[in-house]
Amino acid sequence: MNKILIIGAGTAGTMMAVHLSRRLNRKEWAITVLDKDENHYYQPGYLFIPFGIYTWRDVVRKGSKYMPEGVDYLLGEAEQIVADRNRVKLKDGREITYDILIIATGTTIHPEETEGMVENGWRENIFDFYTVEGAEALGKKLPDFKGGRVAIHVAEMPIKCPVAPLEIAFMTDWYFAKKGLRKNVEIDFVTPLPGAFSKPATAKVMGHMLGERRINMVADFGTERVEPGKLISYDNRTVEYDLLITTPTNMGDALMARSGLGDDLNFVPTDKHTLQTSAKDNIFALGDATNLPSSKAGSVVHFQSEILAENILSYIKGKELKASFDGHSNCFIESGYGKAFLIDFNYDLDPVEGTYPFPIVGPFSLLKETRLNHLGKLSMKFVYWNILLRGIPVPGITSKMGRLGKIIPADSGTV
Amino acid sequence: MATKEYAGKTVNVTDDGYLTDPSQWTREVAQAIAAEEGITLTNTHWKVIDFLKKDFAATGALASMRRINKTGGIATKDLYEMFPDGPLKKAARIAGLPRPTSCV
Repeated sequence: MNKILIIGAGTAGTMMAVHLSRRLNRKEWAITVLDKDENHYYQPGYLFIPFGIYTWRDVVRKGSKYMPEGVDYLLGEAEQIVADRNRVKLKDGREITYDILIIATGTTIHPEETEGMVENGWRENIFDFYTVEGAEALGKKLPDFKGGRVAIHVAEMPIKCPVAPLEIAFMTDWYFAKKGLRKNVEIDFVTPLPGAFSKPATAKVMGHMLGERRINMVADFGTERVEPGKLISYDNRTVEYDLLITTPTNMGDALMARSGLGDDLNFVPTDKHTLQTSAKDNIFALGDATNLPSSKAGSVVHFQSEILAENILSYIKGKELKASFDGHSNCFIESGYGKAFLIDFNYDLDPVEGTYPFPIVGPFSLLKETRLNHLGKLSMKFVYWNILLRGIPVPGITSKMGRLGKIIPADSGTV
Repeated sequence: MATKEYAGKTVNVTDDGYLTDPSQWTREVAQAIAAEEGITLTNTHWKVIDFLKKDFAATGALASMRRINKTGGIATKDLYEMFPDGPLKKAARIAGLPRPTSCV
């Protein structure tokens, strides 16, 4: 019996288990999934928790519910991947051998990477919204906040879901506007990027939107340290706050450092098209755990999982890895007031205007704020738990980015 | 694609002034690009440039500020002082390397 081991049962690991359990000959291949947490999280839902729209019930389920039948789902924490010997040592002393390893260990936030962030008010007046606990703590704080300065902050790139800081900024504006307190609240958007987003056309649209919402943009801000009530940049600029909503430094799993498989942020160097790691032929990686120049987002994982399943089948047959990931990403950007944007892009083509996924009929509009996009965003919770995680295809949504329905300017990068 | 003259040498550059052919880079070209950025290169500047070039040759990618700090041993604060207003953008340009891309 040959063995495939998947480390991580989040979006990436679960989707891989679903694809591979269907496509591999189960008489020849055993699939094991290892995770240290028995829960599975619908992470896009965290955004709605601080504003009382979702609670943890909406975003947490038992991981075992989503594992396909016949897959061995193991609760435990890996201590070290011994790549040379095709085995993984667990913290409890067990060892698992494999023929093929898939790394799907994701990314987590590290506030301790920024001097003073943990010491000077973490979960008192400094909150993240990348964990259920952080989002809930912020949700408890917001009703008491009657006025003052709010800083929406990004510590360092890359981050999971690069549009999330924009969304929380728009939602914060909306939240205080609804309560009639907006005039007492000043909102700064503090980012290390030169603009609102890393892709220029989107940065322009989002920058304009921030302006319309009277959210003050503080760009190129490389955060050196946090002092009580103050963010201080390496070039000695200061942003004062009463409430800091931050996206701390994102890092891959420390397992990668212990195994000598990670870069400076513990992300795994991986071929951006084939998803094979540069460490060894029989180790593959996908999702937030990689160093790929694509977004760290669920949609990306969904597309990557289809490509990687194909390449693993080729690898097993000794064939060339022909399936190629194109960097495809799509995400709704919730903008408050019951509206949202939608963007769809890949390595070569930046987000453009148009309709999605179908030409003319859409139903969604790209790079425009609409009510229908917002309904799309809300429907994602159902779609995630019941369709995407179960590997059921969605009409019109393909792993390769489509061009139909898009208004592609002549000067945009096209393949 | 455009060409530009630095230190008496014609080099190919992108629209935003980054060298496209690493073989055209010399220390004199670097000094001329630095001068254009208003920077006079000192030994500590060269330490950054040499690290970036060596690291690029080894990894095929431009080092991040975190990597320059953790692996190259150069404090981020110093980097901001040496290359004001966007240290990585300026250091990469002077080192004849591609413009940094911020991941999405």
